[in-house]
Amino acid sequence: MKRIYAGLSIAAALMLMLQGCTGTGETRPGDVPVEDRSVGADGADGAQAGGAMMGGSFAGRPITEVLSDPDTPLSRRVFYFDLNSSELSPEDLQALSTHARFMAEFPTVTLVLEGHADERGSREYNLALGERRAKAIERILSVEGVPAEQLQVISFGEERPVALGHDEEAWRLNRRVELLYSGY
Amino acid sequence: MKKISNWFLIPMLLLLATAAEARLTIEITQGIEGAMPIAVVPFGTPGAEGAPPGVAAIVAADLARSGRFAPLAAEKLPAQPHDGKGIDFAAWRAAGVENMVVGQVQGSGDKLLVQFQLFDVLRGVQLTGYSIPTTAERLRRVAHQISDIVYEKLTGQRGAFNTHVAYVTVEQTGAQERQFRLAVADADGFGEQVILSSKQPLMSPAWSADGRRLAYVSFEEGRSVVYVQEVVSGKREAVASFKGLNSAPGWAPDGRRLALTLSRDGNPEIYILDLQSRALTRVTHSHAIDTEPAFAPDGKSMVFTSDRGGRPQIYRVALDNYRPQGRPKRLTFEGDYNARASFSADGSQLVMVNGENNRFRIAVMELSRGTVRVLTDSRFDESPSFAPNGSMIIFATERNSRGVLEAVSVDGRAHQRLGTSQGDVREPAWSPFISQ
Repeated sequence: MKRIYAGLSIAAALMLMLQGCTGTGETRPGDVPVEDRSVGADGADGAQAGGAMMGGSFAGRPITEVLSDPDTPLSRRVFYFDLNSSELSPEDLQALSTHARFMAEFPTVTLVLEGHADERGSREYNLALGERRAKAIERILSVEGVPAEQLQVISFGEERPVALGHDEEAWRLNRRVELLYSGY
Repeated sequence: MKKISNWFLIPMLLLLATAAEARLTIEITQGIEGAMPIAVVPFGTPGAEGAPPGVAAIVAADLARSGRFAPLAAEKLPAQPHDGKGIDFAAWRAAGVENMVVGQVQGSGDKLLVQFQLFDVLRGVQLTGYSIPTTAERLRRVAHQISDIVYEKLTGQRGAFNTHVAYVTVEQTGAQERQFRLAVADADGFGEQVILSSKQPLMSPAWSADGRRLAYVSFEEGRSVVYVQEVVSGKREAVASFKGLNSAPGWAPDGRRLALTLSRDGNPEIYILDLQSRALTRVTHSHAIDTEPAFAPDGKSMVFTSDRGGRPQIYRVALDNYRPQGRPKRLTFEGDYNARASFSADGSQLVMVNGENNRFRIAVMELSRGTVRVLTDSRFDESPSFAPNGSMIIFATERNSRGVLEAVSVDGRAHQRLGTSQGDVREPAWSPFISQ
């Protein structure tokens, strides 16, 4: 529990720092998806690891090794969203902060931010909504110092679902932004 | 009997490759009480070899689909006349029929002559009749033309049976692989022709006003790009591949401009693209999502979807020579979600997706009064498109976890479903009347 609180407080601090660029920065109590929680559990550990890495560096390690390390917040490549929302949770912001630091250290690395929506509502609106979500992440990475040249936003709207069902569980998994690294 | 030697509609789609096997099937799911009883007698085939062509069956199916007619079942027909001679109108009146169509197909192969007559059974008089020279290959089209003539004669409204529908199909072809197809079929679902296949998503087909071109969004380059394709020749061109979104094409009535949603300037905004000069006119300026532009048929205004007020709603902006005039005005206030609006051909109505508590249905707004009627009753209805005569609306929905097309009469009373044999079908766009 202590670790979780530690994680949350770091996250809260980050959230406050970034509030200006993330809308209300509202948290989503009771609605943190299971996957988020597992990352959150990671984040509990990861809060420690993340804490240790705050001033640290990835230098000296090959990019592929860093990217395939399951024990850093960098392993978090999918970010989920509430219905019709492009808001990010404190855990999201913490993980993105690590992504930003990674990209700053490896300027050859490029990142595609792929935005998606669930199937409900109009397809073209959802295409724009997917872009809005990807841009919310792009904005945070930019604020954290990632040059625009390293980032690319692409939206697929509801056209590329990962879960093919027509229920809340499928919709939750489909409202997402995927981080796809290349250039290494 | 009138004689028409130059039959008036050019069957443009027949110029395409041989029709693929029909994959859309139609099922009438809800008819109308009080639909006009009519008999369409199987056409005679004097001197012809083989099975008689199903001209009458096609006409009867067309008329039934409109919701305005209730064709008498074939086994209930009191007789099988093929022309007006000796029709016992009393027997037909006794069978409850108000009007009847009789006809015959003579000749074979490339030289067919289709003759038909429409009779008012109650008065025992002929209302119209035609002789139509045609070929075996064009027989379905001629049947739809007969349906158009009968429909217009009896309802006063132009028929839209001899039109087409464009749509997107999606088939799961592997664990990580899907096949997207952009297809065009007759309005009754027959004669499907695939005009584009891609492993990447295809979206938002939109017909030009002359019915000769389709604009659509393709992800074949890994991101959204808007293309314009000639339906007959298959010739295509990328017309918008800016940074960011390139989406939601909607044709101007002049066929020379396309409204689009682009996020090249940072946020999804609506632009008008001059297809010749490639000049862009920006229409919207907001921090919200602005998308799904649709021109009014007179080109003097446009509607679009915007969430500038928080949730997606329909807005209208006036245009002067295809430049925005004044501030967009919000049109929709019923429901917490209104999107994908488009005009009826006469400009008097809008059809749209209306959402309330995450339930999405098809609704029609009467523009003069601002009244909204919800026409459907399921949860995932989307992409509505008016028939060019304004009588029906085709839209996409979900049945048993599959994407299907459905059509509903504009009064909401007649429903029909167009299913595919496999995969999903979505984003129907009803063609305009085929230009001559």
